[in-house]
Amino acid sequence: MLSGSWTLRDLSTDAAVLRSRLAAVPPAAQWTLAAVERLDSFGAALLWHAWGQRWPQHLDIAAEHRQIIDELARAGARPLPRPRPFGVLDLIALLGGTLLLFLRHLTDFVRLLGTLVGDLYTVLRQPRSWPLLEISANLHKVGVKAMPVTALVGFLIGVVLSYLSALQLKAFGADIFIVNILGLGIIRELGPVLVSVLVAGRSGSAMTAQLGVMRVTEEVDALSAMGVSRSLRLVLPKVVALTLAMPLLVLWTSSVALFGGMVSAWLQLDLSFGFFLETLPRVVPIANVYIGLAKGAVFGLLIALVACHFGLRVAPNTESLSANTTASVVTAITLVILVDAVFAIATRSIGVPL
Amino acid sequence: MVDMRGIVTRFGSNLVHDGIDLAIAAGEIVALVGGSGSGKTTLLRHIIGLTRPAAGSVALFGEDLLAADGARRAALQRRFGVLFQQGALFSAFNVADNIAFPLRESRVANAAEIRDLVALKLAMVELEPEHALLMPAELSGGMVKRVALARALALEPELLLLDEPTAGLDPDRSAAFVQLIRTLQRRLGLTVVLVTHDVDTLAALATRVAVLGERRILSYASLQDTLAVEHPFIRRFFHGEHGRRALARANGEP
Ligand SMILES: Nc1ncnc2c1ncn2[C@@H]1O[C@H](COP(=O)(O)OP(=O)(O)OP(=O)(O)O)[C@@H](O)[C@H]1O
Ligand SMILES: [Mg+2]
Repeated sequence: MLSGSWTLRDLSTDAAVLRSRLAAVPPAAQWTLAAVERLDSFGAALLWHAWGQRWPQHLDIAAEHRQIIDELARAGARPLPRPRPFGVLDLIALLGGTLLLFLRHLTDFVRLLGTLVGDLYTVLRQPRSWPLLEISANLHKVGVKAMPVTALVGFLIGVVLSYLSALQLKAFGADIFIVNILGLGIIRELGPVLVSVLVAGRSGSAMTAQLGVMRVTEEVDALSAMGVSRSLRLVLPKVVALTLAMPLLVLWTSSVALFGGMVSAWLQLDLSFGFFLETLPRVVPIANVYIGLAKGAVFGLLIALVACHFGLRVAPNTESLSANTTASVVTAITLVILVDAVFAIATRSIGVPL
Repeated sequence: MVDMRGIVTRFGSNLVHDGIDLAIAAGEIVALVGGSGSGKTTLLRHIIGLTRPAAGSVALFGEDLLAADGARRAALQRRFGVLFQQGALFSAFNVADNIAFPLRESRVANAAEIRDLVALKLAMVELEPEHALLMPAELSGGMVKRVALARALALEPELLLLDEPTAGLDPDRSAAFVQLIRTLQRRLGLTVVLVTHDVDTLAALATRVAVLGERRILSYASLQDTLAVEHPFIRRFFHGEHGRRALARANGEP
């Protein structure tokens, strides 16, 4: 004999107690539900499962309520398909899939590169189609706005590097070599790599997320439908802007890092700014600056390409957006360090004072 | 159920609402109509406490949602279901998990019951069990609406807020939607606020019509009385060609 209100809200406090009490009722019992005032589909589900998913033999119930339970029973009789459990075969498929995915990444990346070259050809022939507005907006975003953070990090790295080297050099009385170490290390190696890591984290992720959200909200499709080339309007400006901005950022960061090193050297070793600046061009050939700038441009190109590649791969859901943003940053940094190693080998005989 | 007084909303220099009073009694089906951009969605967001109006007060179930503390507010929030204009399905979950999510969160039903309830809600909105494993990105626009409706219904709400529930549905599905809301209303005494541009749905369901325009409520009355109001917007909305035909259909005229 049940009565009262059988709705989710009214049952929410003691559903568990009720469930066990209902389950304790013997199957042949007489059920009287005529006094039930309100019954919603949760109440129906509770009763249906308490009855072991079949109608009890002796049941007295209002027609309206019987219909509610009946609807639930009929819906429950057509079970929802379940996701298949993960088996050994799936593991093999996963492995193969990963390999294929890698290949697809590669081909997509090459295709993106090809499209970009095509776009470049287009804009070179028709100078009016240069997306200048987008390029300058991107330059501001990835270049100018990145200056404070790269300066801060550069300065601190310069100070630390100089401080640690000074401790060692003092022990050998080789104080003035601090200029060689800082000059070569920062201009040639540390500056470009440091900026790349910062920019990959800062601008690369932003580019991927932006393109990704545009995929989620179908903005990319809307562009295509208007006959606007998405690579020309979305990818090219980012790639051009970052390729241009990175060498400048490298120059800026290396300068600030050198300044940090200079300050530290002055405090530790009593080397004057004047002496430092005078010695620098003598011990560090100018070729190193060119190498640093070239690295900056190449790294910028890579970061932007990787960011756009992953951004355009985002499927319209949040999971894919976060996965691709992560992948974009990790891939960009890894790639930058790989390419840096290639640079180191290729330029091993250039700009190193003997 | 809902009691709004003197609502003022401003986005920058754009004054959207200027002194809106609206009281919705239990068991009513209120249709909120108004031109595009007249602030219907914004008004719904005020009702469910997502945004706070610049001035005025909103009482939901007799309480100020934004003033209630954590547990109290959560309890109030479980009593209404919302269908957002764009569906707002969780894109990382499949259809079944989207519908099951509020049920799992409330921790009342057990797994077997949830399965049956999800199947029932899917059947209610005329989706097939096969659709349960699809991801939101794989659904058509109308299917997104129906899954979102199923999710809004999951917690057996007392108050249902629907932002353009029939936009993107074919006429058959719109009719089925009207039938569904009627049935639920009869069984559980549901209160419904629906934003709609569809005169067919409105004529079939609404017990009262609130017309939003010129930053305030132009009229808030039964459909018959609303039709008698002399206002250019109301005339165009209901007495335009499309509106006239829909009203004729609703009245059973050929
Ligand atoms: N977050 C926001 N910021 C600024 N302005 C907004 C914001 N949300 C809405 N508006 C403005 O408020 C006004 C009302 O918007 P709202 O979305 O409520 O319209 P609506 O009546 O639902 O229109 P529709 O029928 O097209 O859905 C519009 O002019 C819109 O530009
Ligand atoms: Mg709206």
